[in-house]
Amino acid sequence: MNKLIKHGVSAPTFMALTASAALVALAFATPASAQSNEPIKIGVIAEATAVAGSSIPQAAQLAADEINAAGGVDGRKIEIVSYDNHSSAPESVRAFQRAVNEDHVNAVIASYISEVVLALQPWTGRLKTVMVTPGAASDVITQNIAKDYDHLKYTFHGYATSTSIADATCAAAKDLLVGQLHMQSAVVMSEDAAWTTPLDEEYVKCLPGIGIKVLDHIRFSPDTTDFTPIFNKIEGEKPNVILTGISHVGVQPTVQWKQQEVPIPMFGVSSQATNSSFWNDTNGATEGVLYQGFSGPDVAVTPKTLPFVTAFKAKYGNNPSYCGYTAYDEVYYLADAIKRAGSTDSDKLVDALEKTDYVGTVGRVQFKGKDSPNPHALKIGEGTITGLMLQWQNGKQVNLWPLNVANGKLKFPPFIKVGSAN
Amino acid sequence: MVFWQILIDGFAISSLYALGATGFALIFGVSGVLNLSHGALMVAAVVAAWAAGNDLHAGPYAGAALGVAVGFCATMVTYFAIVAPLQNSRKIREEEKEIFILTATLLWGIMIQQLIAFFYTDNAKTVAPIVAGVIRITGVRTPANEIFTAIVCWLVIGLLWLLVNRTRAGKAVLAASMNPRGVTLLGIELSQIYIAVWAIYGVLVGVAGVLLGMFLGVSSYSVGPLTASAFSIVVLGGLGSVSGALIAAYVVGYLETITAYLISPAYRTIPALLLLIVVMYIRPRGLLGRR
Repeated sequence: MNKLIKHGVSAPTFMALTASAALVALAFATPASAQSNEPIKIGVIAEATAVAGSSIPQAAQLAADEINAAGGVDGRKIEIVSYDNHSSAPESVRAFQRAVNEDHVNAVIASYISEVVLALQPWTGRLKTVMVTPGAASDVITQNIAKDYDHLKYTFHGYATSTSIADATCAAAKDLLVGQLHMQSAVVMSEDAAWTTPLDEEYVKCLPGIGIKVLDHIRFSPDTTDFTPIFNKIEGEKPNVILTGISHVGVQPTVQWKQQEVPIPMFGVSSQATNSSFWNDTNGATEGVLYQGFSGPDVAVTPKTLPFVTAFKAKYGNNPSYCGYTAYDEVYYLADAIKRAGSTDSDKLVDALEKTDYVGTVGRVQFKGKDSPNPHALKIGEGTITGLMLQWQNGKQVNLWPLNVANGKLKFPPFIKVGSAN
Repeated sequence: MVFWQILIDGFAISSLYALGATGFALIFGVSGVLNLSHGALMVAAVVAAWAAGNDLHAGPYAGAALGVAVGFCATMVTYFAIVAPLQNSRKIREEEKEIFILTATLLWGIMIQQLIAFFYTDNAKTVAPIVAGVIRITGVRTPANEIFTAIVCWLVIGLLWLLVNRTRAGKAVLAASMNPRGVTLLGIELSQIYIAVWAIYGVLVGVAGVLLGMFLGVSSYSVGPLTASAFSIVVLGGLGSVSGALIAAYVVGYLETITAYLISPAYRTIPALLLLIVVMYIRPRGLLGRR
C-alpha cells in the first residue's frame, strides 16, 4: 500500500480501486452450485452457406441434443452457439473473439478451410480456448503446435492431415487402380491452396512406391471456371488416371470433365463429391468419379455411423457432409473430455483431450502425442481410422475400399477408356 | 491441334461474353445506367434453371425457359424497384443520380447474391445441357453444347440487330442512345424507351445466364467476377457502344483462351486486364467509344 502511494496514487483513488477490484472479484466468484448447473457452451464457427460447411453446426447440434436428452455432462446441458464465417478468415477471427469474450464458450469447433483454422490458431493460444477443426487438412496446423506447444496446444486437428489423406488415397489406389486395373501412370491435378501443398508432395512421393509413375503435376487457381485447357493438357500427356486434390472447386471441373468426355477417370480427394447433393449439383455428371472419404452414407465404418446418418437425415432431410461426421464426434469427445477433466478449464481440457480414446462415426479417435512431429493430429491407419474410397454410381455413393466394408465394384461411364492409354 | 483448340474454345467463350456484355452496353448507351447487379441477375437465372431441373423435375427446355424468365423478371424488378425511382426522384440532384444508381445496383446485386447463397448455398450450380455429347471438328473433341452456345448467342445478337435497325421501336431506341433530348422533341416518351431497353436487356441477361450455366456453371461467388468482366469488356469496347462491346468480347475471350492454353490457366485473366489498362492510357474512350 505504501509503495503504491509513493508511486503517486492518492489514498482515495486507491480506496476506490480496491473497492472496484473487490466488486469484480465478487462478480466472478459465482457460487459452486450455480456453476454446476450452467450449460457447457461450445462455439461452432463454420461455413454455414457452403454445402460441406452447413453440416458442421447441424451435426454439432444433433450431438448436443442427444447428450442433453441422456442427461448432459454431470447434469450440465451442452449448448451450441453458432457463427457463420462466410468462408472468410477475418470474419472467423471476429467470431472467435466474440465467442470467447462475450458469449463465454468453453471450447470451439471451427471450419473446414485450412486458411481459416491457421488464422484462428494463434487466437486459441492468446485466449486460451480449445479449438477442434472438423474438416481442415493442412499439415501446417499440427506442425505449428510442434514448434510452439505451450502456446498452441489448445488446437486439436479433428480431421486427417493432407499427408495422411494422400497416404490413405495411395493405399486405396494400390488395391483398386494397380491391383484391379493395372494402371501405371497418373497426372496430379489440384487447386492451389494451403491444404494441397502437403497433399501433392505426398502424392508425388507415394504413387511411385505403388508402381504409378507421375507424369505431371498441375496446380490451378481455385477461381478457375473453364477447365477445358487443363483437361486438354492432361489428355495430351496420356495418363491412366487423374489424381485429384479439389475442395473449393468441384462442380465445375466435374461437369466439364463429363461434357468434354475426357476419357480418363478422376480418383482422389474431391470434397464436394462427398455431399449427397453433388449428384443434383452436377446434373449427374459425377457418374464414375472416385473420391477418398472417411465416411459414406451406407458404410458402417463403426456401429455408430449408420445411426448417426439416420438421425441426421430425419432431422435435416439430407445426408451429412464429411465434416458433419467429424463435428458430431467432436461434440461427443469434447463432452467426454470435460467429464474426465471434471472441469471446463482449458489446460485441464487439453490434458484430457490428449488422452482421448473414443470410437466415433469415422473410426477410433486418438490424437498423436506432444513428441510427434504432428502433435494433436488424428492417428490414421489400421486400428484407428483407415478411410474409404467411394464412387458415384447411378446417383448413389458406393464404397469400394477397404474391401471388408465395400458395397460395390468399380464401374465407369462409357466415355472413360480404362487401360487404353499407355 | 492447339491452334484449332484455341480457335474453337475461344469462339464459344467469346460469343458468350459478347451476349453478356451487349445488354450491359445497351442500357448504358441509352439510359446512362451502369448496372452493377449485372452478375447477380445472371446468377439468378442460372440458379432458377438449375432449381427447375432439380426441385420441379422440369426438362432441359422448360428449365432453360424458366431460367430466362427469372432473369427477365429480376431485371425488370431491378429497373422498376431500384433504378427508376432514383432516376425520377426529385430529392436527388441530377448530377448525383449516376452515383446513386451505381451504389444502389451494387447493393442490390449483393442482396441477390446473399439470398442465393442462403437458399441454395454458395456451391457452383450447372444447368443440364439441352444438347449433350461431343462432335469432332478437325480432330478437336468439342462438346456439342459449346457449339450450341455459340449458335444461340449469335442468333440472339442477330435478332437484336434486326430489332434495332429494322423496326420502328428499335430505331427509336437507337435514336435515344444518340440523342435522348432529340427523341423527346419528336414526341417519343423517354420512359417508354427505357422500359423497352430494360426488357431487351432482361432477355439478354436471362439467355446469357442460362447458357453460361450450361457451359461453365456459376456459384454465388461468380456475381462479382461476372459484373467485372462485362464492365471491362464494355469499357474496352467504348462505353455505350454495342459493336465496340462485341469486338472487345472477342479480344478478351481469345486473349484469355490463348493465355490459358499457351502460358497457364492460372494467369488466364491477367493479359486482358493489362490490355484494359493500356487502352485506358492510349485511348480512354475505348475502341469504338463516342464519349
